[in-house]
Amino acid sequence: MSLNIDIEVKHDVLLIRVSGELDHHTADQLREQATKALENEEVRHIVLNLEHLTFMDSSGLGVVLGRYKQIKQLHGEMVVCAISPPIKRLFDMSGLFKIIRLEPSEEYALERLGVA
Amino acid sequence: MKNEMNLHFSALSQNESFARVTVAAFIAQLDPTMDELTEIKTVVSEAVTNAIIHGYESNPDGKVFISVMIQDGTVEMLIKDEGIGIPDIDEAMQPLYTSKPELERSGMGFTIMENFMDEVQVRSEPGFGTEIRLKKHLSKSKALCN
Repeated sequence: MSLNIDIEVKHDVLLIRVSGELDHHTADQLREQATKALENEEVRHIVLNLEHLTFMDSSGLGVVLGRYKQIKQLHGEMVVCAISPPIKRLFDMSGLFKIIRLEPSEEYALERLGVA
Repeated sequence: MKNEMNLHFSALSQNESFARVTVAAFIAQLDPTMDELTEIKTVVSEAVTNAIIHGYESNPDGKVFISVMIQDGTVEMLIKDEGIGIPDIDEAMQPLYTSKPELERSGMGFTIMENFMDEVQVRSEPGFGTEIRLKKHLSKSKALCN
């Protein structure tokens, strides 16, 4: 099982939808594609939609934290949405929700960042 | 009844999913819950990734070894490499510690293993490799004990 990444820019938000499995092997793809998309000067925030992510390990936490650091340099925010209970446990364990917001759906996440 | 399986494969990142899916398929005969299966897959992924990134420093000539034994609702796994070893195991097991921050490692691998398993033992000798023993009692067997 591989990772599929769908990237869209909505106003100043980089919307990243991932599906499949996010581990050390697939983390590089997400890092590269997100970093490239962040070259778009309009982008200020990131929404990461994990609704269709079926597996994630600590390599996923590392790549999410890396994107948080990038968007923080642009004084933006990162919002994670539609997370499944097993993946939420990993975020809870690492304390990532102290710095990254969680929303139940993509709609709420975009609304939170002012994109209707 | 005791049932065992052994597996070894090249230290390539594309084998991480192969390893966790294979172990999960073997464990499935114990009828674990979805949560237990996810926990075991995650732990296998962590240990195998450590062997590849840290043990062999991404040299694909290395081999990763996995042994799994199931008996009476208990899963015991040994995940081993013959790589560079860990100089300070206590430091390596600290939450958020990573020896490779430049690779965006979260430093959560051992913390996840300790959270998801009942027992975690790490033995390592610099220059010879690392072995991780992991043990988990599945909930159905716990219910029977009570």
